[in-house]
Formats: sequence, structure tokens, C-alpha cells
Amino acid sequence: MDNITIIVALIAATLRMATPLIFAGLGGVFSEKSGVVNIGLEGIMVTGAFFAVYGTYATKNPFIGIVFAIVAGMAIASIHAFLCITMRADQVISGTAINLFGTAFASFMIMKVFHKGGQTDTVTSLPYKLPKFITNIPIIGNLVKDLNWFVIIALILVLVSSFVIYKTRLGLRIRAVGEHPAAADTMGINVYKVRYLCVILSGALAGLGGAALSIGITPVYREGMVSGRGFIALAAVIFGNWKPKGTMWACILFGFAEALQIKAQSFGLNLPQEVYAMFPYVLTMLVLVGFIGRTAPPAADGVAYEKGKR
Amino acid sequence: MNKLKNSILKGLKKIAYPVCAIIVAIFISVFFVIWAKEDSVFHYFSTLTDLFSVIWKGSFATKRQAFTTLEYITPLIFTGLANAIAFKTGLFNIGVEGQFMMGMLAAGIIGVIPGLNVFIHIPLMIIGGMLAGGVWGSIPGYLKAKLGINEVINSIMMNYIALNIINLLILRTAIGEQRKAATPIIQISAMIPRFNNLSRANIGIIIGIIFAIFVFWLLWKTTIGYELRAVGNNPQGAEYGGINIAKNMIIAMGLSGAIAGIGGALQVSGILHQVQNFVDLPGYGFDGIAVALLAKSNPIGCIFAAILFGTLNSSSKILQLNDIPKQIVYLIQAVVIIFIATDYIVKYFKEKKKKKVIVNG
Repeated sequence: MDNITIIVALIAATLRMATPLIFAGLGGVFSEKSGVVNIGLEGIMVTGAFFAVYGTYATKNPFIGIVFAIVAGMAIASIHAFLCITMRADQVISGTAINLFGTAFASFMIMKVFHKGGQTDTVTSLPYKLPKFITNIPIIGNLVKDLNWFVIIALILVLVSSFVIYKTRLGLRIRAVGEHPAAADTMGINVYKVRYLCVILSGALAGLGGAALSIGITPVYREGMVSGRGFIALAAVIFGNWKPKGTMWACILFGFAEALQIKAQSFGLNLPQEVYAMFPYVLTMLVLVGFIGRTAPPAADGVAYEKGKR
Repeated sequence: MNKLKNSILKGLKKIAYPVCAIIVAIFISVFFVIWAKEDSVFHYFSTLTDLFSVIWKGSFATKRQAFTTLEYITPLIFTGLANAIAFKTGLFNIGVEGQFMMGMLAAGIIGVIPGLNVFIHIPLMIIGGMLAGGVWGSIPGYLKAKLGINEVINSIMMNYIALNIINLLILRTAIGEQRKAATPIIQISAMIPRFNNLSRANIGIIIGIIFAIFVFWLLWKTTIGYELRAVGNNPQGAEYGGINIAKNMIIAMGLSGAIAGIGGALQVSGILHQVQNFVDLPGYGFDGIAVALLAKSNPIGCIFAAILFGTLNSSSKILQLNDIPKQIVYLIQAVVIIFIATDYIVKYFKEKKKKKVIVNG
């Protein structure tokens, strides 16, 4: 392989691996912009990854699989929303409960549906065919050919999210609720409603992220498949300064760390596989060390709002 | 006499909510069992009694099973205590998992050293595990204290880093036997005594109970513990009172990691006798979160919570044989935590009662 082919393949792999993180990261941005910390992203991704496979398996149609993943993500996120917003639970504990529940529920469902432990059957992945005139473009054609629909949807959603948060009335409300809920409340914004909306939306996005990981990359759900990606996405939110575009760049950086694991051999780098497997996690920590303090979370992030309390 | 009665009532009030959470969680999980078996909802109560009797049979029916259950309880006491210390200081050490694994690795390496006396070898292993876990826990503690980085994300990352370091050492260096993908069996001088040869249950559980009492003493009877709890209750207040928050955060995470590491070392010394490579995170630390939350971070409560979750874990094999998916155990655990997280509901009713009093008065 010549150099250009290798680089193109590496970029494509980076984008593919970054996509699940971007979806979950956007979910994190929406949730935290409204003032709810969502540690449960990991569990929601697990749920989404499983239900994408399950929906595809049950209907033989990967598009319905995606719908399953989104609905399941929203359902489990609404538990988190109820606990954090209505019940004013500790958001970290609630998120942990979501993580444990999502993982346990997915394993339970594998047993129930596929009658075996640890792994589902392989299903059909999302078809990705492009017209000839695009794939024939030199270099760019090769790059686009190596992607999948999830990558393209993710990149579009980054732009849409950025627009919604910074250019629309809804976005202004979300930010107001996350920065100063009491002030927002006096202006007639329903704090609870906005927060519910954002947390459930973050569930839909993280569920989609799970789907991107399962039917987008390898069309099977395996226990331990998500392996901390929900938390890496959270780190990306911090690194990206709670902004959709910044989060996307952070996710691409982490995606690159994962892509390196797949593509390292083609560079002639022959480090043990475990070193590459460790790389995304080490990078996440280094990035947090380097960038913390230079970014600022929404002022009311992680604080439950109680109407009428001074 | 009245004083005793009051303190008993107070204690009962404290455990009332966790006990309710367990009962509700079990009632909910019965629906999952019915669903898995595709049974009718009208068989609810027979399914409920079935579930109970299977769990009981699977964990305590014979002497062998009862001892096997102790095997499952032992590590959970340590990981529960580790989480409890962090919770008490207002930190969330989700990295107990990785600290436990590092303790296992340290014990696996120290355990193979030949020619040591039992009385030197076992303490050496425990100290090794303590240091490995302590260091692994202090790193996210340090980063939180000095730079303000969320300890949850960092300690999760360190779980996966620990997993990969251990696999790297076991699979690719002389520490492991490549053929078996595990470290060699430890020396006999490194094995802590087992109760009998029915199971692998060992005196580790007694050490665990001693540690629970030790942590209780540390938190409530010493200056260190007072400072840790002060930081957890009200950091600003603590700082105003002259307590160094950063120092206490590092101490808490280090202590938490050290106890997790000791648990890991005893797991190798008493039960596994070697360290195998990990395909996935083994889950001791995550179970420990459930233990600490259920115990409301009370060290003595951790013993009982560990008994509950250890029993559930221990029954998972027999559940499978009775056509009940063993994952039900983890579902029960998750639902318990969901209910623990909602303890606001208790406060809500209390506040409502108070308001009424004011209105009437």
C-alpha cells in the first residue's frame, strides 16, 4: 500500500470509530447544557447497541434496528430524567444505576432472545452503497467509500445541534436553564420540562451512538463491547468545552486513538496489541489533565432545581 | 433503658429504607423472571417463592454451598468498604475495580517468590496489594485534588488501563506463563488458610470483617476520619475549619484504593492462587458500589450488604439450571440502586409533614 492509501484508510477508520463517541458526546452536551450530568451515557450506549441488533434481528431491517435503539435509549434515559429531575436524586448515583441496569438488561435480553450468554447472533449491517460518480473521485472517493451512514449522520447532527443550541429560542432556553434555572423560571421557562426534554434527547443520541457501534461497525452485540466509550464521550464533552463542534473534534481525537489500534500494523508499528488498546484511555486522561480549567461547565450543571427554594 | 430503646429505633429507621429497596427490587425482578420464562403473570406468587427457594438452595442449602457463598462475599466486603470511604469523603471511586485488579496482580507476582516463611510471605502479599491499589487510587485522587478533574472519568479510564497492563504483563512477559495465559500458581507459603476442603472459602472473610470494624473506627473515632467526613459533608465548612481539602481527597482515594488492593491480594492468596488474563472487567468493584450504596456507606452495613449481594452472586449458577437467567442477579442489583438513589422521597414526605406542622401551628 502506498502512503496516501494508508492515510486515507486511517482517516476513514478514525471517523468510523469517532462516530459512536460523537453521538454520545452530543447527548452529553444537551444533557449538561440543561444542567443534568449524564454519567449514564455508557449504559444508554449499551442499551442502544443491543436494541439496534435486536431490532435488526427481529425485523431483518437495520433501519428499524436504529429506531429500536433510539426508542430504547430514550426509555432508559427517561428513568435517569425522572430520578434526577423529579426525585432530585444524586445525579452520579442515578447515572451509575443506569449504567448497571443497562448492562444487566442487555445481558438478560441476550439470554432471553438468543438463548446464549455473552453475545448475540450476527445480523445484517446497514447497507451503504454510493453512486459510482462519487466513489470514482480520486482520494475523496476512497475515503467516502470507507465510511458508513452513521458517520455522515453524526457530522450533520453536530451542525444541527450547534445551530439548535446557539441560534434558536429552544437553545437559548436550554442554556438559560443550565446556567441559572431560578432566573429562567422567573422568565416563565418550565425548567423541569426543558431538562426532561434534554435528558431524553441525550438518551436518543446515546442510543444512536450504541447503534453506530454495533450495526454500524460490527453487526453483533457482545458484552463489554462499549468498554468505557460512554465515559470517553463525557471526557470529550469537557474537552470540547460543552460545545457540539468542540466535542466533535475531541471525539475525532479519541477515534484516532482507537483507529490506530486497527491500522497500526500497516505502518509497520508492531507494539503489543494491549498497548494500543490502552491508548484511548491514556489519551483521555492526558487530555483531561491538559485542558481542565481552561473549559467551563454550565453553572448549574449537576445541581437539582427545586422550585421556590432560595 | 430508654436510651437503648431510642438508639435501636434510630438504627431501625436507618435500615428501613434500604430494606424496602431490596424488597421492592425483588418484587420487580420477579416480572423479569416471568417474562424470561414466558409464564403467565397470574403465577406471580409461585414464581416469587420459586425465585426465593432457588436462591436459598443455591447459596445455603448444603454445607458446601454455604461455604462457597462465603467465597463470593469476601471480595465484596473489601470493594464495598473501598467505595464507602470515598463516598464518605464526597468522592465517587468507580475505579475500585482497577485497584482491586492491581492488588491481584501485585499478589500474583509476590506470591510466586520461593523460599519465604508463611508469616513473611502473606503479609508481604497483602502489603504489595495494598500499595498497588493505593497508588492506583491516589492517581485520580491527586488529579481531582490538585487539578479538579472529575475522579469518575479518570478512575474509569484507569480500570481499563489496569486491565490492559495486566494482560500485557501476563501474556507477553515472563510474569505470566504464556501457554496458560496466567501467572504461575503461587507458593504454598503465600496461601492463606481455607476453612475446609469443601470450598475455597478462607480466613479472608474474617480479615474483611476486621477491616470493616477498622474503617468504622477510623471514620468515627479518629481525627483522620473526622476530617474525611467533614470534607464529604461540607467542603467549604471544612476548609473554613482549617481542614486541607486537597490532602484529604488524596488520602481518601489512596485509602479506598489500598483497601480494594488488599481485597484483590486476598482474592489471589485465598481463592484463585493465580492471576489469569482478563477478557473484560471482572466486576468486583462495580458490585462494591452497590454494596456501599445499599449500606449507606456505613462500614458495618457493608458486611451485611456484601452478604446479600454475595449470596445473589453465588446463586447465579443454580438459577441458570432452573431456567432463570442468571443476569437476574445483576438486574436486582441495578434496581436496588435505582431505589436507593430515590431516597429523596423519604425527605419529601418529611418536609411535607413539617410544612403541615407550621401551617397548623
